[in-house]
Amino acid sequence: MKFTLGWLKQHLETDATLDEILDRLTMVGLEVEGVTDRAKGLETFVVGEVLDAKQHPDADRLRVCQVNTGTETIELVCGAPNARTGLKGVFAPSGSYVPGTGITLKPTEIRGVTSNGMLLSEREMGLSDEHDGIVELPADADVGARAVDVMGLADPVIEIAITPNRGDCLGVRGIARDLAASGLGSLKPLDTSPVAGVFDSPLKVALDFTEETASACSKFVGRAFRGVKNGPSPKWLQDRLMAVGLRPISALVDITNYISFEFDRPLHVFDAAKVSGTITARLAKPGEKIRALNEVDYDLDADMTVIADDTGPQAVAGVVGGLDSGCTEATTDVFLEVAYFDPVRTAMTGRKLNLQTDARYRFERGVDPAFLDDACEVATRLILELCGGEPSNVVSAGAGPDWKRTLDFNLDKVATLGGTEVEGVEARRILNVLGFAIESDQGSRLVVSVPSWRSDIVSEACLVEEVVRINGYDRIRPVSVTRPEGTQGPVMTPDQRRRAQARRLLAQRGMVEAVTYSFMPDAQAKLFGGVDPAMRLLNPISADLDVMRPSILPNLLAAAARNQARGYADLSLFEVGPQFPGAKPEDQQLVAAGIRVGKTGPRHWATPPRGFDAYDAKADAQAVLADLGLPAERAQIKTDAPSWYHPGRSGTLRLGPMVLAAFGELHPAVLKTMDVKGPAVAFEIYFGNLPAVKAKKSAARPPLVLSALQPVARDFAFVVDADVEAAKVINAAHAADKALITEVTLFDVYEGKGVGEGKKSLAINVVLQPVDKTLTDAEIEAVADKVIASVIKVTGGELRT
Amino acid sequence: MESVDKLREELLAAVEAAGDLDALEQVRVAALGKKGRITDQMKGLGALDPDQRRATGQALNTLKDAVAEALDARKAAMEGAALDARLGEERIDVTLPVRPEETGRIHPISQVIEEIVTVLGDMGFGIAEGPDVEDDWHNFTALNIPADHPARQDHDTFYLPGPDGADAGRLVLRTHTSPVQIRTMQAGPPPYRVIVPGRTYRCDYDATHSPMFHQVEGLLVDEKTHMGHLKGCLEDFCRAFFGIDDLPVRFRPSYFPFTEPSAEVDIGCTREGGELKIGRGGDWLEVLGAGMVNPNVLRNCGVDPEKYQGFAFGMGVERMAMLKYGVPDLRTFYESDLRWLRHYGFASLDMPTLTGGLNR
Repeated sequence: MKFTLGWLKQHLETDATLDEILDRLTMVGLEVEGVTDRAKGLETFVVGEVLDAKQHPDADRLRVCQVNTGTETIELVCGAPNARTGLKGVFAPSGSYVPGTGITLKPTEIRGVTSNGMLLSEREMGLSDEHDGIVELPADADVGARAVDVMGLADPVIEIAITPNRGDCLGVRGIARDLAASGLGSLKPLDTSPVAGVFDSPLKVALDFTEETASACSKFVGRAFRGVKNGPSPKWLQDRLMAVGLRPISALVDITNYISFEFDRPLHVFDAAKVSGTITARLAKPGEKIRALNEVDYDLDADMTVIADDTGPQAVAGVVGGLDSGCTEATTDVFLEVAYFDPVRTAMTGRKLNLQTDARYRFERGVDPAFLDDACEVATRLILELCGGEPSNVVSAGAGPDWKRTLDFNLDKVATLGGTEVEGVEARRILNVLGFAIESDQGSRLVVSVPSWRSDIVSEACLVEEVVRINGYDRIRPVSVTRPEGTQGPVMTPDQRRRAQARRLLAQRGMVEAVTYSFMPDAQAKLFGGVDPAMRLLNPISADLDVMRPSILPNLLAAAARNQARGYADLSLFEVGPQFPGAKPEDQQLVAAGIRVGKTGPRHWATPPRGFDAYDAKADAQAVLADLGLPAERAQIKTDAPSWYHPGRSGTLRLGPMVLAAFGELHPAVLKTMDVKGPAVAFEIYFGNLPAVKAKKSAARPPLVLSALQPVARDFAFVVDADVEAAKVINAAHAADKALITEVTLFDVYEGKGVGEGKKSLAINVVLQPVDKTLTDAEIEAVADKVIASVIKVTGGELRT
Repeated sequence: MESVDKLREELLAAVEAAGDLDALEQVRVAALGKKGRITDQMKGLGALDPDQRRATGQALNTLKDAVAEALDARKAAMEGAALDARLGEERIDVTLPVRPEETGRIHPISQVIEEIVTVLGDMGFGIAEGPDVEDDWHNFTALNIPADHPARQDHDTFYLPGPDGADAGRLVLRTHTSPVQIRTMQAGPPPYRVIVPGRTYRCDYDATHSPMFHQVEGLLVDEKTHMGHLKGCLEDFCRAFFGIDDLPVRFRPSYFPFTEPSAEVDIGCTREGGELKIGRGGDWLEVLGAGMVNPNVLRNCGVDPEKYQGFAFGMGVERMAMLKYGVPDLRTFYESDLRWLRHYGFASLDMPTLTGGLNR
């Protein structure tokens, strides 16, 4: 919402400075977004009259002008084609800075004639790109007066943000009322006394609705004018409209726009000669069309309100007028429409037509339902003043919506809810100035009636806000919030802590955390299990962000490809976040996913890098699980990782049926599609599948039992079929004597010469921890025999000799 | 019998004269070995009378200790010299680069959420969470944003068809973390004191808008909490988060459908020389939206607004991160550019704590 300081002061009696007003606007909730002082830098320019303009003796295109600046007559050289005797222009004296050219003027000799100043174009003033000639001021402008005053630039333009609840401040008078309540002056009275009609309107008004649709337009006031002259509106009016960004059109149209901005009261004017019969507000009939003032044709439907005459729709109610019945310079008879349109229906209509207008913007926020008759009188005065003519008697239909309501208001709530001490007298004053009437006043318990223009005030909390807001949020007394007594527990739930810990661990392992979109391209999602139709966005931000990601990995791979394109071939990225593999909101999973791409590091003199392999990803997954206190060592390892992994080089970590994590090399086809240069490995840890964190009775650890006896270690090598999994050997060795064997480590895998075709050798180190006495050689031999027997039984292999 | 003194002189001289460890060993054998000179002397003690035997025995023992000590000292000196000589040969180029270790980073969004949680956690707020895909009721209606409310248009909502595919079952990507307020209040009776960090979505993309961003929501409802508490909480929060004790914090009236009264919260800053600096300086920067929970919202969750009241607030995580750490462009947060992540990211062990501080 834009307005000018002068316009505000037309409604607000105040001595406050511009800065005071700007501060106060923000502090009552009308946030100042900007203020434009268009006169800034132009104050030294004055109205100059060209007393005489003669051809320059030495230049065809230049003229030598004698200019009366109000204090003296000076000579200057001017190249503008419209520089002529009698013209009044904007004179910039020597020494002044010309903003459009960035030049400070000084006396200059131009082809033998000294030029002592300049007559300016709009471009030179920095106002527009207009440079065809110098500015021509009205013939009656006072010579020597400040040009900014004459040009209507001296009035600063203020722009404020209006929250959706404050439709009343989409009019200058509403803004003035808030400022007055805040103590920054007083609201000036408004003359709404009736103007007597001198004839009966030839056009009648009617509302044509059913009981269910009656709210569409509940009141319609009209008035005809005859013998008006619709020329350009006067300069003061044009200046104000242009200041707030509106284009002056004609006096009649400008008046409606002016009143819209002044009182948040949109109006419409019909050329009375172009409408006939009864002007009726009704719902459009299916198939009806209208050509609007913007010269676009709109198809109307039966949910839209129109203003129609006997021939059909002449305006889309509250949104836009019709072209055919609009006023033109030739208009002499006018019909003024002042109506109340339902906010919701107006908003819906505007949305369907995809048409935003100043009128719609105001109607959909709710204009004052009790300001129709008065608005008609205000508009009448202005039409008569600017266009002449005669007014008819007012015609009217409907009573308007029932807006009257009262609310209970316990003034104590200003302190107990609003946190502010406000004297009762002051609270009552604020309410009064804002337009609330106190209907009943018993101690701190009031009953107040809400003014017609404040449809947003619906509860006691709203009234508290009004008092606290106008009194000033700066006077709310801050009170620190501290932990409730007796609470010392953690802030995070165990699950949240797991995620935070996983994040820190992965970073500690050299991975860089990324945060990528929850969306992704459908085409890529197909590689990662596909997307349920329920997770396809109906209105994606772009065609390649059209589905919710079923996995985090593709977004990380896309990031890897982007980084590779920048020359970073090796990288380790992870993300902890949601993925959406199912159809229902509760199918959302929390996952820690990571990729390692390329080599383990840069070339190095001591440690040559190697390509990442599946065991790197397995290590990441196991490390996270172990760090979270889960039995990563005991998890079963299966070879059933999802399809986006290499089928032979990937696996899952499970506890029973629950898949805790998947890991492995990524499928080459996936990498190719994602444009990632491998090798690339990945892991995914599914937080939702991890066993719940058990509530512990005590933080104390179990007692540490240390043996004084030295452990004994023995190595074994087995030759087994090449497809026997190492885990079988390790587990079988472990199982040989669960009491004595504390550790089994596989330290060598060998295939090739010496072990036979289709075979491999697996070497393990087995640690025995004696419990109560040192083991004899015979006892050690016995355990060794059990290990050998157990492994051979499970694997069908043999001891390597 | 040799004179003990003479023997001492000779043996110590021999120790001193030994040129290397072998020679020294020979000296040891010659003196202390089975046939060594001291051993010989000891053997001869038996032939002496008791008084003489005692005196000579003592002298021999003293001599034996002295020689042994001299041998040890001489040996240690030789070994030390040998070690020095060896180490003198052993040199590496200590300026060679070490074996590479990959260093990871924590994303600024995670770090800043942890910072926010740390400050507010100390005020007794727990963390609540909810789904990113929401229904219309939780995201809008329950928050006092009915179907025809103009605020719905401002939200630029993403829609999903939902499992039923019908328009009626249409789902939304939550436009704010506020639906978790509703879920929290529906889950049990007051009081409530939670914060909600999470992803949020708006169908908007330009230099200052991302279709996905993060918020932290706060909700405190009990029987007594008023707007002064809201102001105190957020003043304390902003000063702790930015680490500026005298940071100006300003409340000004605003509008949100789910709070009444509502406020926007600004912090002080300067923009001198085109550079934004948080702190005292006469200019203001909006950082938070807040207000007292609208009675309708409480009612929608089955909480009696006559008995309970409280406040809610919400802040944009990326915005806080940008302001605090000087990140110039919102969109870069999601690009996963390694150079950016390494520059703006945080070390893995750089965890924000109240004791260690929140400023990195």
